[in-house]
Amino acid sequence: MTTELLTDITIFVLALLVGFEVISKVPATLHTPLMSAANSIHGIVLAGAMLIAVTAHDALGYILAFVAAAFAAMNVVGGYVVTGRMLKMFRRSRTPVPAADTAAAVSGNGQTPAAGQQAGQRGGQA
Amino acid sequence: MSAFDWVTQLLYVAAATCFVFGLHLMNSPATARRGNQVSTAGMVVAVATTLALVAHAGTVTTTGWIVMIAGALLGGGAGLYAARTVEMTAMPQLVSIFNAVGGGAAALVGIHDYVRLASGGIGESTTVFTILDVLIGAVTFSGSIIAAGKLQGLIDGAPIVFPGSRAVNVAAALVAVGGACYMIATPSVVVLIIIILAALTFGVTMVLPIGGADMPVVISLLNAFTGTAVAMAGFVIGNWALIIAGALVGASGGILTKLMADAMNRSIRNIIVGGFGTGDSGPAIEGPGGDVRSIQADDAAIQLAYAQKVIIVPGYGLAAAQAQHQVAELASVLEERGVEVSYAIHPVAGRMPGHMNVLLAEANVPYPQLKEMDEINPEFARTDVALVIGANDVTNPAARRPGNPVSGMPILDVDHAKSIIVIKRSMGHGYAGIDNELYVDPKTSMFFSDAKGALTELTAAVKTLVA
Repeated sequence: MTTELLTDITIFVLALLVGFEVISKVPATLHTPLMSAANSIHGIVLAGAMLIAVTAHDALGYILAFVAAAFAAMNVVGGYVVTGRMLKMFRRSRTPVPAADTAAAVSGNGQTPAAGQQAGQRGGQA
Repeated sequence: MSAFDWVTQLLYVAAATCFVFGLHLMNSPATARRGNQVSTAGMVVAVATTLALVAHAGTVTTTGWIVMIAGALLGGGAGLYAARTVEMTAMPQLVSIFNAVGGGAAALVGIHDYVRLASGGIGESTTVFTILDVLIGAVTFSGSIIAAGKLQGLIDGAPIVFPGSRAVNVAAALVAVGGACYMIATPSVVVLIIIILAALTFGVTMVLPIGGADMPVVISLLNAFTGTAVAMAGFVIGNWALIIAGALVGASGGILTKLMADAMNRSIRNIIVGGFGTGDSGPAIEGPGGDVRSIQADDAAIQLAYAQKVIIVPGYGLAAAQAQHQVAELASVLEERGVEVSYAIHPVAGRMPGHMNVLLAEANVPYPQLKEMDEINPEFARTDVALVIGANDVTNPAARRPGNPVSGMPILDVDHAKSIIVIKRSMGHGYAGIDNELYVDPKTSMFFSDAKGALTELTAAVKTLVA
């Protein structure tokens, strides 16, 4: 057993404990966005997929690099965008104070209007 | 370590810190969006760092760059499109697909590493992690695709059991484990392919026999698997960012799996092995009997409109009928009359953890009105009307008594309310296959209709009262 491996295992175990500690505080209301956020975090596998390219020098390597990059990029991009979309819908009150958000609040038909989207990006938190 | 190594490693640490902090901010709806932004920033740092590493290595061929970038653009575009267009009711399917591709990518990282090193001899410890990575990743990939297919209705949502399916499942597991042991002793690409096929088969035969109502547990479990697979991929390529991120997701999936299983009063093993809803959950137990009182929209509207406090109990039936906008409209009409309205959300309402909250948030229900089970249960006693829509087993008072299929299941104390209105199509059984004693309670009135139609009628009737 190498020192490197021991370090890796230590990091894994500690990260697991941090994960349990942090995530057990998330309220049930946010469990779907939480899972979606966790989903986007495991999109970090994109880093692994990109590193395949470093050692890919034959047809099989290229195919694996391509598919892995496509899978991981779908995971990471889709995960973050959909989590953001969900969290934007959680509002404290029916008539939010920021004027720009009202447009989104009034429509309430599931289609987020562009105005609300931009306001959300600028406003940080609704 | 060169200066370049130092910088890249520290940037990975920074990225991991962002992930932890981002998850920490998810502990309140008020800060959750910032959490997602922090986490996104961490990911951008991690990917940029990796890009620098890849470029610095200097061994990437032109073809290598092209396939990597083309793959990322294609996948990223598909992910973006799916995330922008998905209906909130279809969220469990999308999460399942992301689990599948994440697990798949992790498996591919392991496969590439193994194939590359197979000729030159690999250290035993690396082989162990490579095998774990590939096996867990492959199981997640095929299992998640089946789960998504079931949720989307492409595959029958009911438990699918074909003759010998259990045997195939066990055989696949044995082949995978046996092959893995062989590979640790003797590196072999052929055996690698065999165990990949076995793992894919195992994933399919694991999820097929699981019923639709167990999906919240299955998705959580597959989420935990994906995280573990990514962490294993991190061991294989010696990347801390992958190890930490994978461990965080593994922990998250693990916690949610436990919570969901507890809320359904079932052990994880019990769900995976199957049995619920397949006919062997024991004989249906007769309720105490009694008369069912039926009610029409006008009478129900009067009860609701003249109540002081109303609790709405939405279940999967509401989501299935896509009636979340109708229920929100009824609630806002009642609130205009000064009625205090809140929602009692059982942990397994919907098809994934917390799904009902997202559906109601989409329908513009403010999140302070969405109450968790433990928070709302004491409030039923001082509630005038509890309006149950498409929820069944989670309201059955029989759960407080031993000796029936729902015994011990945490339930919403709907029967403590002064009066109860249940919107339901028929007296049909819930998933547990037993009579709901709530329906024959003298305080209960049954409004036989589909959720959407009933809510529209109720809203119209309440509006007439106001006018």
